[in-house]
Amino acid sequence: MSRGRKVRILIAKPGLDGHDRGAKVIARGFRDAGFEVIYTGLHQTPEQIVAAAIQEDVDGIGLSSLAGAHDYLFPRVVELLKERGAEDIIVFGGGIIPEEDISALTQCGVKAIFTPGTSIEEAVNWVRKNVNPRN
Amino acid sequence: MFQEDQFKKVEEEKKKWIEDLSKILSETPERLPRFTTVSDLEIKGLYTPDDIQGIDYSRDTGFPGIYPFTRGVQPSMYRGRLWTMRMFSGLGGPEETNQRFRYLLDHGETGLSIAFHYPTLMGYDSDSPMARGEIGKCGVAIDTLKDMEILFEGIPLDKVTTSMTINPPASILLAMYIVVAEKQGVRKKEIGGTIQNDMLKEFIAQKTFMLPPKPSLRIIVDTIEYCTKEVPRWNTISISGYHIREAGATAVQELAFTLADGMAYVEAATERGLNVDDFAPRLSFFFDSHIDFFEEMAKFRAARRMWAKIMRERFMAKNPRSWMLRFHTQTAGCSLTSQQPFNNVVRTAYEALAAVLGGTQSLHTNSLDETYAIPTEEAATIALRTQQILAEETGVGNTIDPLAGSYFVEALTHRIEEGAWEYIRKIDEMGGMVAAIERGYPQAEISDAAYKYQKQIDSGEKVIVGVNKYATDHPPITIWRMSPEIEKRQLKRLQEVKQERNQLKVKDCLQNIRKASENGKNLMPHIIDAVREYATIQEICDVWREVFGRYSDPGYF
Repeated sequence: MSRGRKVRILIAKPGLDGHDRGAKVIARGFRDAGFEVIYTGLHQTPEQIVAAAIQEDVDGIGLSSLAGAHDYLFPRVVELLKERGAEDIIVFGGGIIPEEDISALTQCGVKAIFTPGTSIEEAVNWVRKNVNPRN
Repeated sequence: MFQEDQFKKVEEEKKKWIEDLSKILSETPERLPRFTTVSDLEIKGLYTPDDIQGIDYSRDTGFPGIYPFTRGVQPSMYRGRLWTMRMFSGLGGPEETNQRFRYLLDHGETGLSIAFHYPTLMGYDSDSPMARGEIGKCGVAIDTLKDMEILFEGIPLDKVTTSMTINPPASILLAMYIVVAEKQGVRKKEIGGTIQNDMLKEFIAQKTFMLPPKPSLRIIVDTIEYCTKEVPRWNTISISGYHIREAGATAVQELAFTLADGMAYVEAATERGLNVDDFAPRLSFFFDSHIDFFEEMAKFRAARRMWAKIMRERFMAKNPRSWMLRFHTQTAGCSLTSQQPFNNVVRTAYEALAAVLGGTQSLHTNSLDETYAIPTEEAATIALRTQQILAEETGVGNTIDPLAGSYFVEALTHRIEEGAWEYIRKIDEMGGMVAAIERGYPQAEISDAAYKYQKQIDSGEKVIVGVNKYATDHPPITIWRMSPEIEKRQLKRLQEVKQERNQLKVKDCLQNIRKASENGKNLMPHIIDAVREYATIQEICDVWREVFGRYSDPGYF
């Protein structure tokens, strides 16, 4: 039934970080690539992000952080999705994230981390390959 | 600059040159179909006297220290005094940042600049649920006066000036600085420094906002009114293009939106009844120095000329100091790459050179590791040394505005100025910057420019070395990590301060802030009283959030 449905992605800015250039460029790039995109806007708690993801019935969440709080905020989103029984929503992220943090984040269940210099195309291709319409 | 007959001669010679050139190009075409600046302004292959025909030296360029200040705000510029080397720093708690400040001062830094962590920037304390995961990460954690006392331990506030990148709670941090100085025996008339205090660009670009635009402006005008009388050496706003540019704006947009913000502040302060010449000399500016060398230089020159005209012609300021656009510059964080990070040293050096040739009053140079984390001491030292080499080895400060008179630089300065006026006219038609922001106009312009630029990078039209050209693997670099102990120490100290202070006095002070917030009396004296009693930043901001309401991101993309 949902086979032909477009992939729905929530682009989210967790925490107090105000750097939204990357998140907005990616949101627009995803929209132009044919995904349905919902953008949370800034300053969202992990709880708000997970509630929005479930309410909007998204297939993936793209988290953006450029302020160093990714090591708490990203795993927290994954954890809350599990608690809400929505662990099939794919979580990925990007921003100012040191290389040595990436493996810890992927171990927590964040599926991919995109660092500065990533092209829109690269991120789009990753989503096409790894995020499918749920159910 | 040229006689009529000289122009004719140049025109004839140019015609011939173009003919010769087109023959050559028909065989070996140029490297690119278009040559453009980083902001996508198309640049010609050659500029000649006819490109600056309309420019009148005395009217448009003139002399340093004299209206319209195109060549610089001081008559002697760097021959008199070098720019202030002011490294934006803040990491972990006040102890770590104090140590970094002292280290940088010992290594020849000449001014301080505080980077606060996100909870402080947004008006939350370290013990707020909103602060989880963020303590000390992106700057220094400051919750109460106690933290500011530790931050400035051993740093005499009558000997150094301090810039604070702080916006919604700017008045609170200024109040803390005043009280720390007072405790050091330094009167508020003697202290010098800057609070960023520029809320309009927060709505447009940096996005650390708290209250809606109108009450935000009201608190800013309170600080202007207070400092004009009580803290005369303080720069009350640092009207900032930096964040606008970093969010993706072009050079022209950065310039236009920044000056339009400045105009909105002048209007708000004069509406309060302040005399423009009393406060305008203490407005300062802050620009980005991006990677396109000539575009940036030209932007700085155009900025001075435009602000001088705005202040004299539009706001009828009489004091020449009101006409002067004094500015701080930061090299472009967004030009740095995480790939091959040592290349960032080179980028920063070129950007610093553009800032200095553009006549900046102070400069922060980014560190090579800032695409990963807060700079290490070593990386920050290289960045500071970059400025020192520029100042003391290269000789760029030997003569004032050395690129003036270049056909290209003068033509580009003029062109950027014209582009910025065009935007300002549009914003005026919308009813000024506050109205334009409410319509989302500058936000949308910036998003469009950012997206277009990213597409140009993705297609390879704009080259980023190490990213879309000459990409190779690079070994990892050492980066700064925060010890988890810092978070514990910060929370413990906050708890102790809250226990030990005089609760009744704090309550009274917060009540006075509430009353002044409601009745429109100047807030500054009440904020100073409150921080002296160790009221926390969040306690004060919570009063404002209750009285004025919150602003939340409309989430355009």
